[in-house]
Amino acid sequence: MTHILSLLVVIPIAGLIPLWAFRSDERAAKQVAITTTAVELAVSLWMLTQFRVGDPGFQLKEQVGWLPSLGISYFVGVDGISVLLVPMTTLLTFVAVLYSCGGSIKTRIPEYLTAFLLLEIGMVGVFIALDLFLFYVFFELMLIPMYLIIGIWGGPRRIYATLKFVLFTLAGSLIMLVGIVAVYLASADASGTRTLALPELLDIRGRFSGDFQFWVFLAFALAFAIKLPMVPFHTWLPDAHVEAPTAGSVVLAGVLLKAGGYGFLRFALPLFPIGVQAWLPVLILLSVVAILYGAIVSAVQKDLKKLVAYSSVAHMGFVTLGIFILNLQGGVGAVLQMLNHGFVTGALFLFVGIQYEKTHRRMIADLGGLANMWPLYTTFFGVFMLASLGLPGLNGFVGEFLVLLGTFRFPGVPLGGLFWGPLAAIGVILAAVYLLWMFQRVMYGPVRDAYRALPDLSGLELACAVPLLLLTVLLGVFPQPFIAIIEPSVDQVIRLATDPSFMVAVTK
Amino acid sequence: MIQLVWLIPAFPLAAFLIDGLFGRRWLRAWTGWIASAAVGASAIVAIGVFLEVLGGKQQTVVQLYRWIGVGDFQVNVAALIDPLSSTMLLVVTVVSFLIFVYSNGYMAEDRGLWRFFTWMSLFVFAMLILVMADNYLLMFVGWEGVGLCSYLLIGFWFERPEPYYAAKKAFVMNRIGDWGYTIGIITIFLVFGSMNFLDVFKRVEESAPAQSALTLICLALFFGATGKSAQLPLYSWLPDAMEGPTPVSALIHAATMVTSGVYLVARSTPLFAAAGSSLEVVGVVGAITAIFAATIALVQFDIKRVMAYSTVSQLGYMFLALGVGAPVAAIFHLATHAFFKALLFLGSGSVIHGLGGEQDMRRMGALRRKMPVTFWTMLIAGGALAALPPLAGFWSKDEIVGAAFTNGHVLLYAIGIVTAVLTAFYVTRALWMTFYGEPRDRHLYDHAHESPRVMILPLAALALGSVVLGIAIGFPPEQGFIHRFLGPAVEVPGAVEHVPELATILVLALVSVAAGVIGIAVAISVYVRHRPDATAIARAAGPYYRILVNKYYVDELYDHRIVEAARAFAGASWAFDIHIIDGLANRIGWLLSLSGTGARRLQTGIVGNYALTIVAGLLLVLVAYGGYAAGVFGR
Repeated sequence: MTHILSLLVVIPIAGLIPLWAFRSDERAAKQVAITTTAVELAVSLWMLTQFRVGDPGFQLKEQVGWLPSLGISYFVGVDGISVLLVPMTTLLTFVAVLYSCGGSIKTRIPEYLTAFLLLEIGMVGVFIALDLFLFYVFFELMLIPMYLIIGIWGGPRRIYATLKFVLFTLAGSLIMLVGIVAVYLASADASGTRTLALPELLDIRGRFSGDFQFWVFLAFALAFAIKLPMVPFHTWLPDAHVEAPTAGSVVLAGVLLKAGGYGFLRFALPLFPIGVQAWLPVLILLSVVAILYGAIVSAVQKDLKKLVAYSSVAHMGFVTLGIFILNLQGGVGAVLQMLNHGFVTGALFLFVGIQYEKTHRRMIADLGGLANMWPLYTTFFGVFMLASLGLPGLNGFVGEFLVLLGTFRFPGVPLGGLFWGPLAAIGVILAAVYLLWMFQRVMYGPVRDAYRALPDLSGLELACAVPLLLLTVLLGVFPQPFIAIIEPSVDQVIRLATDPSFMVAVTK
Repeated sequence: MIQLVWLIPAFPLAAFLIDGLFGRRWLRAWTGWIASAAVGASAIVAIGVFLEVLGGKQQTVVQLYRWIGVGDFQVNVAALIDPLSSTMLLVVTVVSFLIFVYSNGYMAEDRGLWRFFTWMSLFVFAMLILVMADNYLLMFVGWEGVGLCSYLLIGFWFERPEPYYAAKKAFVMNRIGDWGYTIGIITIFLVFGSMNFLDVFKRVEESAPAQSALTLICLALFFGATGKSAQLPLYSWLPDAMEGPTPVSALIHAATMVTSGVYLVARSTPLFAAAGSSLEVVGVVGAITAIFAATIALVQFDIKRVMAYSTVSQLGYMFLALGVGAPVAAIFHLATHAFFKALLFLGSGSVIHGLGGEQDMRRMGALRRKMPVTFWTMLIAGGALAALPPLAGFWSKDEIVGAAFTNGHVLLYAIGIVTAVLTAFYVTRALWMTFYGEPRDRHLYDHAHESPRVMILPLAALALGSVVLGIAIGFPPEQGFIHRFLGPAVEVPGAVEHVPELATILVLALVSVAAGVIGIAVAISVYVRHRPDATAIARAAGPYYRILVNKYYVDELYDHRIVEAARAFAGASWAFDIHIIDGLANRIGWLLSLSGTGARRLQTGIVGNYALTIVAGLLLVLVAYGGYAAGVFGR
């Protein structure tokens, strides 16, 4: 039994100790934080090499009784759905910390870095937890550091934005907590033993009645829908992004939103197949609305960051659509879309931030002509923009296309795939409209004198951007190795979600 | 040789990477020669591949790797090399090579030379992927890739507003077409269980799927083709695309990219042939576009715009050919058009270059004395466009209108002939205004000069192609080399088999020639003898003339009415987001805070306290809800 996953939880905690020791030395604190996140990244890649491709079940499992009298355990493990999200998280955290150490954060740096390490524990934990209670703890643990990051190091309206962020998310997760408790109580077997461990819950899910599933699925779905966010729970997102510091936006968009999509796939779908069916029409409708509505609203944004934030709403619409059409292509597409959105939108926020650091302008109308002075910046920003609008050959296309393909196949209520598929495909046109329009207004046109002396990407900024660019190309040109990792586990989840009597063969 | 086919796109890809990574700082002017050499190398391999296909290798699939595979959906990166694709490979690489060489002269003084060749190389790479792909999804990579490069190159001079507006318009209109393409290929997968050309075509014959599904597929694909190949209703980006450098117009917007819609339909012949009514749509749209664009070309004064509308019109001819069941004629015309239209554009570029950037024909005139080589080569290309025998355009266009007639589409045939008259008129007009008469701008004329040799030689090579290509591969009509070579690959057995009698062919050819001659004669009468004078006609035609000058007000409709309506709708959506959705959320928050006014003193403003409160609240809620839920769900 290996302890790689626990190592991933422990490393950031271990990093907190020297960080605390060096709390008055900013330089040392930065070195500690960079080293910690780099080690975390390396260990997560090592974990990836330990993963057996093709096995749909959970691997690298560790289970220790935590509150045995309550049936709650420290239980972690990864499968094809989560095993790629973990390195994505560690990479984006590393990039965020590295970029923050370049001078964009000026006050209370050790505290800021502490918040990031805490955040990393929560984010990694969410993707590896297999016990519902443990998942809940990590889910909430993500919230508090992000609340502080926005509230302390954010922009002028940071208090409003961060409170909105916290209240929305907290409202959702508290409802989920009710759901978790309900599951816990319903899990009791004849002898009265209760559990929150996912594999065991999957074994006994046949006991959950239709009514029970209807309500408990709703409780989980609200939490995840707010986190993603799905329309109409999305309005916290633009405000939070606009006020968050750059690195905060990168991680917020890149990782935190994925916790919602992941939660659906990991818990809500397999545990409550009847509940899923009941809510399916609403969820499909909201997904397609998110794709179109997010894109339409993006088109008229005046603030660059808000535009990227609204585009996230549209992109996450593809994730939920892929999840709820309940077929293999849709599910794999959704997981790929989560990864791709993490890299690409994370990178877009990074580049909006880099640009802001130099020009101190974020209003699109104030910008223009940057392409002339910043060839490197333009190239990188351009590639990420194209990946975001789903250009074939780059990563965004693969996920979106698989989701669309799955949507066309969607047989069920209401209206069927030949209605929803072409409708969702319009979102791809709209993405081109708002992104190209943004790009031309920001990058093209005559050079403005005020910006003439500003430098192109620095070495540090380049170091942050290059891995994201490489992944953007790699996932577009060679997606198959990644699909091979994801597919078996998604297949199993889809079976669990579509067939209430389906049992996972080996759970232990 | 066929196994080396991946080298063909690999060379331009390498040039793209080298020029892109090292061009700005180190290579500079070398970028052009590196890119040209790469495309030249591709052309050599393409010739080898072509010869091997000619030697009897009818169909080869060269696998590279599995690209996307989920469940029953499996797509490879693989090349299908058959007569159709090898012909396209040859046309694309050879014409690209000539235009690349020319560009070394044309773009020599531009600061962004490295950028130009970087993107041009990427374009050629994408175009080759489009042509080689063995399935619809990989073809889509090339399809969008060429669209991207078109976007980048139209907006090449991005400091001025017109180019980047034109670039965005082109990309967005293409994307609208791609919506159709996406629907088409996904439906193909749903119906046939594959996106692979050979699998799909085999299953069309075997399984005889529902007509409605086939029609949906074909119309959706054709909608995609109208975007890329600038047909009604998605044509209006192409004239605006002339904001790009002239070699771009020649390569992308005349010879290669805009023909990819034709290639798509020709490639999908088995599908279109099985879905009968959709071919009618293709033919009718092609014919209407042909005559529609030709009428606009009659009254344009910008030399590049004349050529742009001419391209739209000629692409219409190709779709007309596809629609009347003559895919070979379509590809034949695609090939000859690639040469003579590229030549017309490069010649226009040479004129523009010689006049220091002037594009308005009203300020040209008498330039034949100053630019003899440009003049003679453009004259040849113009003759080919007007379909004068024995030039290349004659053979291919004659086959198209001939096929329309012999296959029973008399109305389409009539449109084709009328368009031929218009074509001959506008090309004569353009050449006369440019090269004959008196210099209308003395200053420009005095400074005009012939272009350097690096630009002249490609003109000569293309002129050679414009002369011999038609007779070399298209004679005798309907039975020429191209029919023997391409026929088995793109024609559906039994669809169009009978070759018309010699007498019919001769009469049809005479009518075609007469159409060209009439057009030229009218143009000469109007512009040389002023009987009747052009301005007098314009005045007499009044409102009709104004409609043409304003291009049927389509740009007005698209760029203003529709865009403004869309923008207003988006603005309203955002207002809805702020006031209704977010407003509701904030109102709920406000209600809650009302109830909390008593606890106002807790709001210390110190974030740490808030955090502490949250944690405490969490625990409290946990306990409270736990107890509550126990009551609800407990036994």
